[in-house]
Amino acid sequence: MKDFSYTRVASLDEARVLAAHAGAMLLAGGTTLVDLAKCGVAMPDEVVDITHLDGLDAIKVDRDGAYLGALAKMSHVADDARIRKEFPAVSEALWQAASAQLRNMATIGGNLMQRTRCAYFRDPASFPACNKRHPGSGCAALGGVTRNHAVLGTSSYCIATNPGDLAVALTAFDAVIHLGERRIAVDDFFLLPGATPHQEHAVEPGEIITAVTIPASAAAKRSTYLKVRDRQSYEFAASSAAVGLELEADGKTIRDVRVALGGVATKPWRAREVEAHLKGKTLAAETVKRASLLAMESAVAQGDNHYKIDLAPRVITRAILKVGGIA
Amino acid sequence: MTKPLKLKLEVNGKTHEVAVEPRVTLLDALREHLHLTGSKKGCDQGQCGACTVHVDGERVLSCLTLAAQVEGRKVTTVEGLTRDGGDLHPVQAAFLAHDAFQCGYCTPGQIMSAVACIKEGHAGSDAEIREYMSGNLCRCGAYPHIVAAVRQAKEAMAS
Repeated sequence: MKDFSYTRVASLDEARVLAAHAGAMLLAGGTTLVDLAKCGVAMPDEVVDITHLDGLDAIKVDRDGAYLGALAKMSHVADDARIRKEFPAVSEALWQAASAQLRNMATIGGNLMQRTRCAYFRDPASFPACNKRHPGSGCAALGGVTRNHAVLGTSSYCIATNPGDLAVALTAFDAVIHLGERRIAVDDFFLLPGATPHQEHAVEPGEIITAVTIPASAAAKRSTYLKVRDRQSYEFAASSAAVGLELEADGKTIRDVRVALGGVATKPWRAREVEAHLKGKTLAAETVKRASLLAMESAVAQGDNHYKIDLAPRVITRAILKVGGIA
Repeated sequence: MTKPLKLKLEVNGKTHEVAVEPRVTLLDALREHLHLTGSKKGCDQGQCGACTVHVDGERVLSCLTLAAQVEGRKVTTVEGLTRDGGDLHPVQAAFLAHDAFQCGYCTPGQIMSAVACIKEGHAGSDAEIREYMSGNLCRCGAYPHIVAAVRQAKEAMAS
């Protein structure tokens, strides 16, 4: 690990000033930053520790929705009784992520800033080419082993999967990211790689995530997060879905449905085609199954990851039928 | 080289003064500076759980925590689980009773994790124990005995 200086800030304003320095990086839970510093991917000159700031770890739920302070720990949000009741998909996405120890460290704000688990990105000694690490250097994953790489939202510059779980649930339920006074919809917060895969988030230098809010909705209350992976626990998603459902008074017509995907795309992926197809339809297994296929219409396989194109619609179907009570 | 930071670390109820570079992890500070070698360095990249300690009563990975971050926090390692000369912690006793290890390298991390798992209320069933202990790998494969030990310790600690 490269040497760096360390500052424990006493205020958000001090943190913003230091974070704007070239070579400075914010330290919250440290589960990504310290890990990537050991891999030689993150090479900060200056580490700015914001974990001793007070008042940024609140978890509030009221009629309008949920407020999650940026420094709230993943474990605390996952276990919060109000979150479990009003936003089950959020709680489930959190407790199925990482391990109990990591969830006690990692924060809500830091979770959104986590980097891809692309094995080529994480191994600069063996694979110097990576457009995320060094713009213009190329992509070692293209033509490589791509079992865990994305099939949606890829470009000829980058096919790295966004590894998040929480962000998928936030994307399904239209969460808003607070950067101090500036607010940005979660779907605009995460950027597609395009020709600039090193730019992953709409955060400007000196900006700090201060909170995430999730509007209350009937669909968020009747929701789930289904995560399918190579082992049952402590593993990233091969394919996951956050879904929510609201039925009309007749108990069978779909008024609102939300579908977002993880493990298959370069950013948390809202499957709006699936939602549009299902709204107004009668909830039935065959209808849901057909609609779920629409999520993969623009998918491009790289070879080893073709299975995701078959898997993701099945994950969506199973999740919707589960919240619909017919599976 | 960056000038070492002078830190006051509260570990197992005692305050220690150490001078370490900012990049030194809590695990390295514990093992190399305080000579508390109970916390083990397995993968050193947050994947195995052998370095699990408690910070302010919650289990965390000391290999991904900078020593500087825990100044002002209370750190507990496996050496501090019981007072000097005291009886074994119920989780330690249960690991012995169930032979919940082979080589023993992962055991301090397993024990620190299990103590927290029970305290969190995440040891309600074997399935829940397996889920909430999944951050502690045992390459000898002693998992069935570890689950049995956690189950027994949970009952012992409830009574």
